[in-house]
Amino acid sequence: MDTLPLLSITIFLPLLGAFGIFLNWGNKGDNARWVALWTSLVTLGMALILWKNYNPMLSTFQLENKFQWIPLLNVGYHVGVDGISLPFILLSALLIPICILASWTSIQTRVSEYMIAFLVLETMLIGLFAALDFIVFYLFFEGVLIPMFLIIGIWGGPNRIYAAFKFFLYTLLGSVLMLLAILYVYFEVGGSDIPLALTTPFDPKVQIWLWLAFFASFAVKIPMWPFHTWLPDAHVEAPTAGSVILAGILLKMGGYGFLRFSLPLFPEASAYFTPFVFTLSSVAIIYTSFVALAQTDMKKLIAYSSVAHMGFVTLGIFTVDAQGVQGAITQMVSHGLISAALFLCVGVVYERVHSREITAYGGLVHRMPRYAAVFMFFILASLGLPGTSGFVGEFLVLVGAYQVNTYVTVFASMGMVLGAAYALWLYRRVVFGALVKPALKSISDLNWRENLIFAPLVAGVLILGIYPSPLLTLMETSVAHVIDQYNIALDSNEMMIKLNKVVDIALAQ
Amino acid sequence: MNTLAILVVFLPLLGALLGSVLARRFSQAITCGLMALSTIFASILFVKIGLKEETLLIPLFKWIHVEFFEVSWGLQIDSLSLVMMAVVTLISFLVHVYSVGYMKGDQSIPRFMAYLSLFTFFMLTLVTAPNFLQMFFGWEGVGLCSYLLIGYWYDRESANAAAIKAFLVNRVGDIGFVLGILTIFVLFGTIDFLAVFELAEDHKNDTFAFFGDHYHALTLVSLLFFFGAMGKSAQIGLHTWLPDAMEAPTPVSALIHAATMVTAGVFLVVRISPLLEYTPLAREVITLVGAVTALMTATIACVQNDIKRIIAYSTCSQLGYMFMAAGLSGYSASMLHLTTHAFFKALLFLSAGSVIHAMSDEYNIQKMGGIWKYIPITYVLMWIGSLALAGIPFFSGFYSKDMILEVDWVSNLPVGKVAFVFGISAAILTAFYTWRLLLLTFHGTPRADEAVMGHIHESSLIMLVPLMVLGAGSLCSGYVLYDLFVGGSTSFWGNSIFVLPEDNVIEAAHHVGAWVEWSPTLATLIGIGLAYCLYVFAKSWPERLSMTFSKIYSFLVHKWYFDELYDLLFVRFSFKLGKIFWEEGDKEMIDGLGPNGLAVLSMSGGRLLCRLQTGYLYHYAFAMIIGLVLMIGWYFWM
Repeated sequence: MDTLPLLSITIFLPLLGAFGIFLNWGNKGDNARWVALWTSLVTLGMALILWKNYNPMLSTFQLENKFQWIPLLNVGYHVGVDGISLPFILLSALLIPICILASWTSIQTRVSEYMIAFLVLETMLIGLFAALDFIVFYLFFEGVLIPMFLIIGIWGGPNRIYAAFKFFLYTLLGSVLMLLAILYVYFEVGGSDIPLALTTPFDPKVQIWLWLAFFASFAVKIPMWPFHTWLPDAHVEAPTAGSVILAGILLKMGGYGFLRFSLPLFPEASAYFTPFVFTLSSVAIIYTSFVALAQTDMKKLIAYSSVAHMGFVTLGIFTVDAQGVQGAITQMVSHGLISAALFLCVGVVYERVHSREITAYGGLVHRMPRYAAVFMFFILASLGLPGTSGFVGEFLVLVGAYQVNTYVTVFASMGMVLGAAYALWLYRRVVFGALVKPALKSISDLNWRENLIFAPLVAGVLILGIYPSPLLTLMETSVAHVIDQYNIALDSNEMMIKLNKVVDIALAQ
Repeated sequence: MNTLAILVVFLPLLGALLGSVLARRFSQAITCGLMALSTIFASILFVKIGLKEETLLIPLFKWIHVEFFEVSWGLQIDSLSLVMMAVVTLISFLVHVYSVGYMKGDQSIPRFMAYLSLFTFFMLTLVTAPNFLQMFFGWEGVGLCSYLLIGYWYDRESANAAAIKAFLVNRVGDIGFVLGILTIFVLFGTIDFLAVFELAEDHKNDTFAFFGDHYHALTLVSLLFFFGAMGKSAQIGLHTWLPDAMEAPTPVSALIHAATMVTAGVFLVVRISPLLEYTPLAREVITLVGAVTALMTATIACVQNDIKRIIAYSTCSQLGYMFMAAGLSGYSASMLHLTTHAFFKALLFLSAGSVIHAMSDEYNIQKMGGIWKYIPITYVLMWIGSLALAGIPFFSGFYSKDMILEVDWVSNLPVGKVAFVFGISAAILTAFYTWRLLLLTFHGTPRADEAVMGHIHESSLIMLVPLMVLGAGSLCSGYVLYDLFVGGSTSFWGNSIFVLPEDNVIEAAHHVGAWVEWSPTLATLIGIGLAYCLYVFAKSWPERLSMTFSKIYSFLVHKWYFDELYDLLFVRFSFKLGKIFWEEGDKEMIDGLGPNGLAVLSMSGGRLLCRLQTGYLYHYAFAMIIGLVLMIGWYFWM
């Protein structure tokens, strides 16, 4: 392997940039902006180098860095990536520079602090996806909350305090339960190394409780119905870039958690709870789609659509077959691009008109043809038009689900109609129609900076829609490994039960 | 050959991309030019491959490969797709040219031309798809273009509403399509056409567990696909979007909502003939739905006054005929009707566009009349289209419709005879509404005002030439293609259509009795006669009839109340449900009991505890004494 600790450099590079901004404190905003942009771009470059150095044929963790951290407690600093975590690291590294560009003019107060918050957030995000030690993971996982809490609470809308606290406490409550479970696992395994824990079988009876504790954290994060109500509030109050990161990556922490921990650590419990997750997923897809239909606030509508799309993710993960799980990851990456772009679309007009109400708009196409085209593109991607990444993810999940359960597939496929309904209905009210509102008469089309923001997102959605192979091959082996381990665990457990029965019968005779 | 096929499909895409960024003249030139090339190449392919009954498979690149689920992009060129390619490119080219004249003076011509070319590209990927998923890609793509073009004049509320309606109704059908693909994959382990069709016979007795019950697998699959086809091809229940789609500019109605896109459903059904052959039940359903649609929409067409809506309902009705034939294994008859219909329906729409143009954008035929001598060429062409639609002998519709009704008659399936009766009845109505349209539009006394009448003019040459080509097609396509498509000894379709020997209705249809052969013509003559009676000889009768049978009349005028019913059942219900889920579910239940409830609880709990901290020494002393007493009491009690 490389002698350079590439992964650790990628993780801590943004922190270094944040420190740089800190050193330059007195400076006006521009300095902080440029430092943040360059740092995040270099981080993106690092992430791409990681991708290049990663061998997708192997199912093991790669590019590992490991050293003893607290030897007394057998806690180590251990990071590494596999085909499941790398897509999320790439996604994070892609979205942060976009966020910084998107905040270029809209953030005018406390610019340095804002940029520092984003760079710290980036370190936390990449760190949590790369963490291979429970303590490291938990630190990053919880650490994400702090910059996010500040971003919403300081640069947010009028009702930001309520939203920030709701977001913080809600997710913290879940995470605290997860911490308890992590502690149990730590004592059971005798260390906090994740790869070690992955090879340790847990008693099925205990698994139920541990699974529930992890579930509490991930279900809130992703969020699953009915733990989703923090999301619309947080989105509405967050600044545009905050929403982008929230929808783009923070939600994926839940899905990643299910894949990294719930399935491999607690296979029996996962199997036991599968119908439960399926039910919640179907409800999420249908229920929140209806709710989205009734929204009058653009950001809330997109927030609810996120919940519906995440319903496909949880559904796909718990099918535990190749198509379902790969579909779920694809859906997460795709949603990361699409929802980010949709929030940016809202941000573009919010910056000009300062309203999120749908009724404040109408007929934008007359003045903003380029914006109309971009917005239409992402609306179509959001409703899963074939040829966009949204379709690949959703369809693969359906393929996976159909082999397991036809009921849930039929319910989920109804999301196709409802998703199209709220998305097109939103678009019609905002972009189409006659331009009559006086506030919109002189609105300007996308400028070069905004074009630059959307370009990579459009490209990503199209490429993943037409040729998703790079992403699918990247995750293929790792996903297959998780599924194999899962099935082996279930089979051996079944064998044990059978064996016990045989022994019992033999003893009875 | 491979390059040629790739060019046919991708030239229109190139046209769309270039056309959208160029200025109007260049945009028109480049889209029309590339469409012309595409058309030429398609005809070369048709001659070189189609007539040799070969199948050409051109793999392009990987699309979605996950474990055993492997789908790649590619082109499958066989007789079936070639017929569609030829029809699509030719009609599309003519419509492109016509649009140059028709859309003159419009604000955003490059956008319009780009949409048309983009549509053609998607339609070609649909018909050349080598697997179900790529077909779905094209299927959704043409739906998208249809949505964009219906909402082309985005200032109009009605256009926006119609666009969303079209997309959503189609999406309802798409659920069937998607579930169909999934079922195919689970059953066959692949979704490539050739592989699936090869394995079809092995799976003819399979059952499939779906939604809590076991069904005959191929029946289930076929019906799921047919549900998708019903959406795209506007069959009863999912037909409501098509008449509203007439909000689109008329060239679009001709190309998308008559000649090509709406026939995609028929194409799908014909494509899966190797599956359908093993499931008589599904075929009966298809026939029945087709027959009912053919008749029902014909009844509605008889009382409408919007010139485009009449032709739109007629399209639903003719699509019904195509399904009737396909359901009874007369796939090639269905394809023949699809082809002839493409010509005469495109002709009718474009002529109607010419009329609308001449009448200063008037759509209501009650406000026309007496204009035939002002626009003689359009008038003649409209007659040709009408004669073909009604199925007057030796016009193109005659060959295909006759064939379908004969197939109905000879079929082994019991629904065949039902379909025959429905088909004959619909034929009477078809002739009636077509001649009603002709007579009200062109004959009698002018009912438009002076200004409009003074303005009437024949369309420019750039619009008339495409019309004449279509007129020629409507005249002779039936005669020319009859032997090739459904002739007694034809082997044109090769492997692209599969019919079990016992279902060979095409062969049997050539040997029906004379009365079966001539009854469609008779029906048509009755219909025409009826129209003449009511609209030429006894002009007061239509109104008297509508008064006498006012209930039936308003039932028909309101299109069997489908729109009202759906509005109540789905649209309003959905919005109401959304509101309830949001207000009651999210805000009251989840937030009220969850986070906010907890917050309130801890706040009031805190306040309660606060109240204990009064700061008065004697309160604390009192509490301590009570505590002491309780402790001592407890000690003694134990």
